[in-house]
Amino acid sequence: MYVKARPRSKCGVCDLKGKYNVLLERYQKACRRFIGGCVFMGAMFLGGQMKLELHDLTVSYNRHPAIHHVSGVFAGGSLTAIAGPNGAGKSTLLKAIAGIMKPSTGKIVLDGFKPADIAYLPQAAEIARDFPLTVLQLAVTGYWAQKGASGKISQELQDKAKYALASVGLTEFENRSLASLSAGQFQRLLFARLILQDAKIILLDEPFTAIDGETMSKLLEIIHNWHGEGRTVICVLHDLRQIRDHFPECVLLARKCVAWGETKTVLQNENLFSAKLFHEAWREDAEVCEA
Amino acid sequence: MIYHLLIQPFAENEAMRRALAVSIAMSLGSAPLGVFLVLRRMSLAGDTLSHGIFSGIAIAFVIAGGISFWPMTVGGIIAGFGITVFNTLVKRNTILKEDSTFAGAYMLSLATGVLIITAHGGDEELVHILFGDAFRIDNRLLFFATAMASLSLLGLAIIYRPLVLECIDPIFMRAIGGRGGVYHQLFLILVVLNLVSSFQALGTLMALGLMIMPAISARLWSNNIDSTIFLSVFMALISSLSGLLLSYHYSLPSGPSVVMAAGIIYLLSIIFGKNGVLIKYLPHHHFAE
Repeated sequence: MYVKARPRSKCGVCDLKGKYNVLLERYQKACRRFIGGCVFMGAMFLGGQMKLELHDLTVSYNRHPAIHHVSGVFAGGSLTAIAGPNGAGKSTLLKAIAGIMKPSTGKIVLDGFKPADIAYLPQAAEIARDFPLTVLQLAVTGYWAQKGASGKISQELQDKAKYALASVGLTEFENRSLASLSAGQFQRLLFARLILQDAKIILLDEPFTAIDGETMSKLLEIIHNWHGEGRTVICVLHDLRQIRDHFPECVLLARKCVAWGETKTVLQNENLFSAKLFHEAWREDAEVCEA
Repeated sequence: MIYHLLIQPFAENEAMRRALAVSIAMSLGSAPLGVFLVLRRMSLAGDTLSHGIFSGIAIAFVIAGGISFWPMTVGGIIAGFGITVFNTLVKRNTILKEDSTFAGAYMLSLATGVLIITAHGGDEELVHILFGDAFRIDNRLLFFATAMASLSLLGLAIIYRPLVLECIDPIFMRAIGGRGGVYHQLFLILVVLNLVSSFQALGTLMALGLMIMPAISARLWSNNIDSTIFLSVFMALISSLSGLLLSYHYSLPSGPSVVMAAGIIYLLSIIFGKNGVLIKYLPHHHFAE
């Protein structure tokens, strides 16, 4: 936009030249303002609209739906707990959002997000902890989205990783082997990796199983930090009190969505009661859904 | 004395030099792949692939009407790839896990191979295919083995990081959109190529030995993936060198000698290794006084 006003030496009328320059300058300023405004408005528009939508989502194992006809919206920057009885499909919902399971019908719309913006922490038992890697080596796998298969993990990034490990209380653990960590220490390591993933949407599947109180409050603090940074956090939890204390939004699942919204309203007795009534076993003769 | 024992066999005998060159290539190519097989608990998959190759070699043997290099090599590669594809299809579409599909394919291809060869040839060919002969290495095999070793070292260097990630945390790999399955297949292809290149020297039964034995021995000494790989290559080199000398001085078959040398290293590692047996019985630090 910075077009230099060409001096018009051939034109002898100085006045005209001066006017021309002033006009040009005004024009350029206006242009810059207009474009800046457009960018700002666009960012506002996109930022305000960022959300993750579920449209009539059904996800099945072997043609048996684990969740069905779930619709709702996770607003960008929200902190949501997913509650529900065993087998209600909580983990399945997370797997579908993470893109690990495909919906059988319905869809998940990432409005303003990319699939790469999602980080997912599965239930604890799914990692080969006997693999001969060090704590730091596992932590830096969080840079995958950024560095891929062959990008160099610079000293700066390694220092950042060490800082993340320190922030979950794993100072001086960098060179320990994975096998030497306790369950709680390992979970903290996975949180450090999530920090390094720097994702806009963070999915946590029962992150506090087999975790002591002190570690839990440390991890909850990290979750609150993510919320404060404007990240969207969705977390599967069992403990209703914990949900009431820490999570402003809640989804109550019992294969279908029983309630979705402000935690206070969702976790009312009548909702909890109707979630309890849900039939955990599959029935081959289940009636066909009308929805 | 030492010259007579260690140097002279190679200085005076061309077959020994060729055998040494091929074993060095095989050690460099196979041992790192073996480490991944062991860490992924896929030792059985390696077993299956080596026997799957055997059925392909058997069919090539019948078509070519005898033992010849290229038909058997191509047959082995096709059969190895066929089995990996077959297993992937079974695993994806049924309830069976990878180890079961590999066990099934293992039995099936071993039976196929033995039946085909005994129906069309003699016991002598069967023994040659199963146990190989490291002292009859021609130029073609020499070039093929070194080419495959270079290819697998290069290939492994390229897929190293995603392969490690896929081993330790496949769910993470899927969640971040990495195609873990692709790296897994590439890895299996490298394993097949290496097994095919070593079967003529060590035989199909023994080809896996040089891949797996140094890897499990190295695992007993190290808790870090990088050092495990280096150590396994070193152990493979020592085993092939001492195996060849053993076979030369005592006129023993070469393949089993090499694997026996690797086996002795394995036994020693079980006893003395850092993650071995003996260390458990040493006094604990905090009981020192």
